[in-house]
Amino acid sequence: MAEMAANGQSPEVLFWVGCAGSFDERYKAVTQAFVKILNKVGVSFAVLGPEETCTGDPARRAGNEFLFQMQAVANIQVMNAYEVKKVVTACPHCFNTIKNEYPALGGNYEVIHHSQFLQQLINEGKVRLQGGGEFKGKKITFHDSCYLGRANNVYEAPREIIKALDVELVEMKRCKTKGLCCGAGGAQMFKEPESGKKDINVERTEEALATGAQAIAVGCPFCLTMMTDGVKNKNREADVKVYDLAEMVAKDMGI
Amino acid sequence: MSILPQLAFVLILGAAGYILSKRIKFLRRNILLGKAETRNDQPENRWKTMLLVAFGQQKMFKRIVPAFLHLLIYVGFLVINLEVLEFVLDGIFGTHRLFAPFLGGFYTAAMNMFEFLAFGVLVSCFAFLIRRNVMKVERLNKPELKGWPVKDANLILVIEIVLMFAILTMNATDQILAERGNPHYLALGTLFFSSLIRPVFEGMSDGVLVFIERFAWWFHIIGILGFAVYVTYSKHLHIFLAFPNTWYSNLKPKGEMKNMPEVTNEVNMMLGIPVENPVEPPAEIGRFGAKDVNDLSWINVLNAYSCTECGRCTAECPANLTGKKLSPRKIMMDVRDRAEEVGKSIDAGGPGFADGKSLLGDYITKEEINACTTCNACVEACPVNIDPLSIILQLRRYVAMEESGTPAQWNSMFQNMETSFSPWKFSPSDRFNWADKVKESEQ
Repeated sequence: MAEMAANGQSPEVLFWVGCAGSFDERYKAVTQAFVKILNKVGVSFAVLGPEETCTGDPARRAGNEFLFQMQAVANIQVMNAYEVKKVVTACPHCFNTIKNEYPALGGNYEVIHHSQFLQQLINEGKVRLQGGGEFKGKKITFHDSCYLGRANNVYEAPREIIKALDVELVEMKRCKTKGLCCGAGGAQMFKEPESGKKDINVERTEEALATGAQAIAVGCPFCLTMMTDGVKNKNREADVKVYDLAEMVAKDMGI
Repeated sequence: MSILPQLAFVLILGAAGYILSKRIKFLRRNILLGKAETRNDQPENRWKTMLLVAFGQQKMFKRIVPAFLHLLIYVGFLVINLEVLEFVLDGIFGTHRLFAPFLGGFYTAAMNMFEFLAFGVLVSCFAFLIRRNVMKVERLNKPELKGWPVKDANLILVIEIVLMFAILTMNATDQILAERGNPHYLALGTLFFSSLIRPVFEGMSDGVLVFIERFAWWFHIIGILGFAVYVTYSKHLHIFLAFPNTWYSNLKPKGEMKNMPEVTNEVNMMLGIPVENPVEPPAEIGRFGAKDVNDLSWINVLNAYSCTECGRCTAECPANLTGKKLSPRKIMMDVRDRAEEVGKSIDAGGPGFADGKSLLGDYITKEEINACTTCNACVEACPVNIDPLSIILQLRRYVAMEESGTPAQWNSMFQNMETSFSPWKFSPSDRFNWADKVKESEQ
C-alpha cells in the first residue's frame, strides 16, 4: 500500500490479510491462493503489509475493550490516511469487526468477505472455472463460520462458489442459521476450552464426516484450524481434506 | 335476585386489579433497575419484527411439532379472552350470556369456536405435560430447571387444563338446563365439544346442575384472574412481554458489539488524537462492563423477564452441547432471579444491590461465561429475540477490565497483541513474508 501511495496510485480494494493469513503456516497458503487469483484476474489491490495490526477482535470478545480500541484506532488511522474505500478479507472475524465495529470509531469502508468477492468475480465472468480438476463430481460440505453466517447473514456466496465448481454440495444437518460453531470464536482460539464432555470441533467434524463428504470447505482461518484438527482427531486426514474456498477456486483455475 | 353475587364479583375484580397493578409496578421497577438505553430507531422495522416474531410466532416454526401445539394454546388464549369480556359484564350486571340475544346464530358459532379452541388447548397442554414428564425432552430437563422452574412449568399446564374443563363443564350443564326449560338459561343449539361430556351430567337434578354451572362459571373467572396474578410471578410472563421484547429487538448485525465511548476518549488521548466532542465523563464513576443487574441495560433485564425457559438457546449452544457449564437459558434466569432479589430487598427497606452479593459470582460463574464462543446460536434460536450473548460479553468486560481476572492464556494473548500487534507472538516485521512465495511462483 505504502508503495502504491508513494507512486500516487490508489488501488481499487485493500486486501486485509489478517494475523492468521500473515502468520499461520496453513492459512498463509490461503492468502497466497487468493492473491494469485487477484493477480490473474488483474484486480487492482494493495495490502498494508507491516502497517497492518490485529483488528482487535479477540481482545474485545475476551473483554479487553482498551486493547481492542488501541488496535482499532491505530488501524483506522492508517486506513484513513490511505483513503481506503473498499476492504476485502478472508477472515470473517476481521470482516465483522471492520464492517460493523470500526464505523463507531471513525472507520467507514465498504467491507466484503473474500467469498463474496470471489462470487462477484465468477458472476462477472472474470474468474472462469474449469468445472473439473481435482474436485469434479466429489461430495463437498460447507461449514458456516458464525461470524460470516449468523453474525452477518452471508450464507449464499460460499455455496454459489462451491456450486460453480461442479461438485456435489452436501449440507450438514446443522447448517446456515443453525450451523454449529467450530469452537474457536469469541477468543476461544487462544485458550483451552473449559472442561466438558467433548471438544466442539470434534462434534462438528463428526457431523461433517457423516455427510460422506470428501472435502470440507470453510471460509475462516479459525474454522480451518479447528476442522483440520477435528479430522486428525478422527484419523481421517488421509481421505478427507479441509480447504478454504479461495484454495478451491485457485486449484480449479490451475494456479 | 340477590345483588350479593354482583357485589362479590365487583369486589373480586377490584382486588385482582389492585394486586395486578402492584405487581406490574414491581416488575416495571425491576426492569428499570437496568441502565438507561434508547432503542427507538427504525420504528417501522420494530413494529414489523413484533408482528412477525411475537404476534406471528415466526421463529417458533423452526421446530414444527411444538410450534403447532403452542399455536393452539396461543390462539386459544387470544380468542377465548374475548369471552372473558362477556364474563366480566355478566358478573357486574348479574346477567347471563349478555351477548347471546344480540348475536343470535353468530353467538352459537362463536361458542363452538371457543369450545374448539378450548379442546385444542386441552390437547396441547396434555401433549406438553407428556413431553416434559414422560418423554423427558432433553432441553426441558436440564439442571437449571430443577426445583421451582419445573413446578412452575407443570403448574401452568395444569391450570390451563382445569380452566378449559371449567368452560366445557359450564357450557354442558348450561345447555342441559336450557333444554329442560329453565327460564334463566338460553338454548343455543348444538355446542359440539361440551355435548361430548353431557352424558356425565344428564342424570342430575336441576338444583345440582345449577350449582355445577355456577361453580364452573365462578371457578373459571376467578381462575383467570388468579392466573393473571400468578403469571407475574412465573416464567409465563412471556405471554405479555414477548411483544415489547421483540419491539426492542437488536436490529443491528448480530456480530456487532456495542462500542464503549468512555474507553474511546482515553484511547484517543493515549494515542494523541485530538478529541473534537469529548463525551463528558459521567458524574458517577461507573464500572467497565457488568458485575450486577444495574450495570446491564434495562433491555437485558426486559429480556430476562420475557424468557419462558424453553431452552431452545441452550439446545443450540455449542458449549452446552459438549458438556460445558454454560447455558444461555440459565444466564437469563439468573438475571431475572437477581433482579427479583434486589427488587424485593429494596421494597422491604433492605440493602438492595449493597447486599454483598452480585450477579457475577453469586449467580453466574466465570467458568460459564468463559465457555462462550460468541457464535450467536442462542440469539438466533430464541423465539422472542432474547440476546443472552450481550449479557455474557458485558460480564467478560467487567472481568477483564475491573478484575484483571481473565484466564491466563487470554492474558498472554493480550500481551502478544500489545507487543507484536497480533494475538500470536510473531515479529510484526514478518507480516508480509507470505508474499515471497507468491512472487517466486509468479516469476
